Amino acid sequence: MKEKEIRLAHGGGGQLTNELIHQVILPALGGGQDPKRLSDSATVAWPDQPAGGGKVVFTTDSFVVWPLEFPGADIGKLAVCGTLNDLAVSGAHPAAMSMALVLEEGLSIELLARVLASAGKEALQAGVRILTGDTKVVERRGEPGLVINTTGLGYPMPRAKLGFDRLEEGDRVLLSGPLGQHGLAVMIRRKGLSIASTLQSDCANLQPLAAELVSKLGPAVKWMRDPTRGGLAATLAELSDATGRSIEIAQQAMPVDPAALSAAEFLGLDLLSVANEGKLVAVVKAEASAQAVKILRQFPIARQAADIGQIGPVGELPLVEMLTRAGGRRIVQMPYGEELPRIC
Amino acid sequence: MKTIPELRQEIDRQVDLLVRAGRQRIQLMEVCGTHTVALARGGLLDLMPKPLRLVSGPGCPVCVTDQSYMDQAVWLAQNRPDVTIATYGDMLRVPGRSGSLEEARAAGAQVQVVYAAHEAVEMARQNTKRQVVFLAVGFETTTPATALAIEQARRLNVTNFSVFTAHKLVLPAMRALLSQPDIQIDGFLCPGHVSVILGYKAYEDLARDFHRPCVVAGFDEEQILAGVAEICRQLATGQPQACSVYSPVSAQGNTVAQKILADVFHPADAPWRALGVIPGSGLELNEAYADFDTRRRIEMPPCESYELPGCRCGEVICGRCLPTDCPLFAKACTPRSPVGPCMVSSEGSCAAYYKYRWRGGKAAKL
Repeated sequence: MKEKEIRLAHGGGGQLTNELIHQVILPALGGGQDPKRLSDSATVAWPDQPAGGGKVVFTTDSFVVWPLEFPGADIGKLAVCGTLNDLAVSGAHPAAMSMALVLEEGLSIELLARVLASAGKEALQAGVRILTGDTKVVERRGEPGLVINTTGLGYPMPRAKLGFDRLEEGDRVLLSGPLGQHGLAVMIRRKGLSIASTLQSDCANLQPLAAELVSKLGPAVKWMRDPTRGGLAATLAELSDATGRSIEIAQQAMPVDPAALSAAEFLGLDLLSVANEGKLVAVVKAEASAQAVKILRQFPIARQAADIGQIGPVGELPLVEMLTRAGGRRIVQMPYGEELPRIC
Repeated sequence: MKTIPELRQEIDRQVDLLVRAGRQRIQLMEVCGTHTVALARGGLLDLMPKPLRLVSGPGCPVCVTDQSYMDQAVWLAQNRPDVTIATYGDMLRVPGRSGSLEEARAAGAQVQVVYAAHEAVEMARQNTKRQVVFLAVGFETTTPATALAIEQARRLNVTNFSVFTAHKLVLPAMRALLSQPDIQIDGFLCPGHVSVILGYKAYEDLARDFHRPCVVAGFDEEQILAGVAEICRQLATGQPQACSVYSPVSAQGNTVAQKILADVFHPADAPWRALGVIPGSGLELNEAYADFDTRRRIEMPPCESYELPGCRCGEVICGRCLPTDCPLFAKACTPRSPVGPCMVSSEGSCAAYYKYRWRGGKAAKL
C-alpha cells in the first residue's frame, strides 16, 4: 500500500478499504477464499452433519456512527439490521446473534439504554435472539461514543442458490428503493446543516424481502447485496470486478426520493456513492424480473422497487455504466473513500 | 422549461447557424466546478454537437488555490502543535512539498474536516486551549459564511479562532482569462450559486468589454442545456449580454450577503494557480477584524508559488487543455494517487473526467 498509516478513507468502503482488505488483512488472515469474490458472510459446513444439511452462515460487523441517534433510526437498530441484512443477502435466515459493546467514558446511560432498547425491539421483530455479548469501557477520546459489534449466525434459505458465478448476460439488476437516504440523513444531522429536510435513514431489516424473493423465485434469484458504504456504485463496481462482466443501469428507471435528491444536489454528492442501510440489490433471471419487482413492492419499504438495468457480457475491461436521463452515458466507479460535500 | 430533446434541438440549430456563418469551433467555458461535475455526471458532454466544446474554468476552489498556500497550511499542521486546522474535506489530499494535510493528520497533526465555517468557531469554543485555524477557500458562495463566522467569533469573543484566507472573486479571473490571447472562450456558462450572491448584472461589464455572452445557469440537465442554448443563441444573433436562465438569480443578487462580505473583507491582490497574481481578485480582512487573520497571528515561513512537476492542472483550469490532454491523466495521476488538485477535488475537472468518463483505456476516446 502507498500509505504508511491508516487514514479515515480506509474505512469509506471504496478503493482504499479494498486495498486494506486485500493487501493487509487477507494475506494474514484469509482462509483461502477467492479474494476477488468476497461476500457479506461466509458459509461453513458443520463437519459431523450429513451432507446437504448443517450449514452455518456466519457474519460480523462493527457499527460506528455519529450521532448515535439520527432521523429514522439509531446505532442500536442499525447494528441489528446491518447483520440481519448481511445474512439476508447471503440467502440465510438468522438463528442467533451476539452483541459486543465498546463504551466511552462519559456516555449517557439513558442514551445507551435507549439505543439498546431499539436494538432489542428490532431483534424481537426479526425473531432472532441476542445470545451472547461483551462490554468494555474505554477512555473518552472525543464525543463520548459507542461502538457496537454484532455477529450473526444463520442457516441457508432452502431454495437459495446465490453466487457470482451464476450471473449471465441479460440478467436483470433490481433495486428495492431510492438511494442515499441513510447517508444523507446522518450527514445532515451530524453537521447540523441548515437544510430543512424531511429525510429519514432507510435503516431496515431486509430479511422479509430476501426470504420472500428466494422462496417464491428460488434459483431465479442469482445474487443479492445491500449497498451500504460506498453505495450502489461500490456494490456494482465490486460485482463487475468479481464477475468480469459489464453492467448497465438506466437513470430513468431508478427510484427517487426527492428529499434525498435535493440534499445530494445541495451537498454536491453523487447519490450512487452514498450509503444505504435498508436497500436490496438483487440480480435475477430476466424472465423473473417483473415478478420479482412485484414481490418486492408488496413490502412498504420497497414500494418503489424497480428493474434498473442489466448484466452484460464478460469483457477484458468490464465497466459499469449508467445511461443518464439526458440520454448520455457516464461511468460508475468504485468511490475512492468517503464522499465529501463540495465547497462552492 | 423546455424538455431535454427540445433544448438539444435548439442547441443544434444555433450551432448550425454559427457553422454556416463560418465558425469552425465554438468553445464555451463553464466557470464553476459544480457545472463541470454536472456535465460529466449527466453525460451531457457527448451530447453537444461536434463544433461545440465545453472547457473548464477557474471555478473549483481547491484547484485555483496557489501551491504556496497549500504548503503553508501543511506547515501549520506539522509545526504548530497548538493548532487545529479546520478545513473543507476537498483540501485534505492536495499534495504539497511536505505532503498533504491528510498525510499530516495520519502522522498525528490535528486536522478536522468541517462542512461550514461556523463549525470551526464552535470547535474553537469547545477547545479553548487550541488555536483553531480555518482554511477559508472558495468564491462568493462560501465567503459570506466565512464573514458571518468571523462576526460570530468577534461577538462571542472567541480569541482562539482565526481564518487563513485564500478566498477568491470570480469576475477578476474571468477578465484575466479573456485578456490572454491564446485562450479561446466564446462565451461563459456562469456559476449558479455564486451568481445568487453576485446577481447577473455583475457580468455586464465583462459581456460588453469583451463582447462575450455571460449566461448564468442552474445545475440540473435542463438548466445547463438551457444555458448553453442561450449562449449559442446570443452568439448566432451577434448580441452577447449578461443574463440568467436560473430563476433564483436576480439582477442585483443578494445585497444582504454582499453587505456582510463588505463589512468583513475588502478586495486585495491574490495569487492563483497558473494565473499568477490577479489584482483585486482576493479578499483580505478589514482592519476591524484583523485579529482574526491567521497571517497576523501566527508567523509562517514564506512559501513560493510553483507548478507541480508534469501536472497540467494550471492549463486545465484556464481552458487551455482538457484533462485527457495531460500526460499524467489516468497514468501517474488518479483519484487514488492524485498529482494535482484537479484530480483531488470533487469539483475538479480531472476528477470529473476520470470518475464519470474514463473507460480505462479500452475505449479511450472521450
